Amino acid sequence: MVGLNEWLILSGILFLIGAVGVLTRSNGLILFMSLELMLNAVNLSFVAFSRFTGRMDGQVFVFLVTAVAASEAAIGLAIFVNLFRLQKSVDVDQLNSMGD
Amino acid sequence: MTKRGALERVLFYLFGGLAVLSSLSMVTRRNPLGSALSLVVAFLSLAALYAVLKAHLLFAIQLWVYAGAVMVLVLFVIMLLNLRESESRPQPLGFGRFAIATVAVAGVGWKALSVFAEQTGDAVTVDDSFGTVAGVGEVLFTRWVLQFEVVSILLLAVIVAVVVLVKRRA
Repeated sequence: MVGLNEWLILSGILFLIGAVGVLTRSNGLILFMSLELMLNAVNLSFVAFSRFTGRMDGQVFVFLVTAVAASEAAIGLAIFVNLFRLQKSVDVDQLNSMGD
Repeated sequence: MTKRGALERVLFYLFGGLAVLSSLSMVTRRNPLGSALSLVVAFLSLAALYAVLKAHLLFAIQLWVYAGAVMVLVLFVIMLLNLRESESRPQPLGFGRFAIATVAVAGVGWKALSVFAEQTGDAVTVDDSFGTVAGVGEVLFTRWVLQFEVVSILLLAVIVAVVVLVKRRA
């Protein structure tokens, strides 16, 4: 059987890969995808704990996190579409103004 | 039981390795389209890992919502903006920045992973309703019903907000 520690380490590795992506990439869309990866890594640890305690509350939380992540995806991509209309780029390093 | 445990281990390393490799590919890809396709593979392997953990409902939700809906939205936006053309100015990936961030994250992450490694525990035996629609639904609608309703309001607000955001000004 695969132990709880192995599941948690896998989840941690995925989270750290996502964190490196958020810190290094300047393309807004790749940054956004790294964020989604971090959320998924946390979901994996929720499901692992759920399996190892026999309680399904963790899975309910994954369900709710998925709904929030989907909302975040819709809003985030709408913002990037608007940003691209204004600046012709989604490079977050070039964002230095909140006005026009 | 041991045969089942061995199968579980094989699936864990197969799909866990696939998830790690594809997410590394996602982070390092220059073209956002390649990143998105790598992320689809990562989401699919996570769905397989949920199935190994007997979370059947979440396996389906992962496929529909993440690998399906969210990634279609991301790919749609990437193609709508035609980002490859907009990034014609070649950008260095910034290996200096990459190295610094990797070292910083690894330094913090090492501590967390060493704590994770000490967690012990064996999978408990669960009944047939574990992770099914009926099982998760019962917990959701008895203990977490308020949170469920709050999420429904959030989704409604998001629908309105996205339409307002993307609508072209007349």
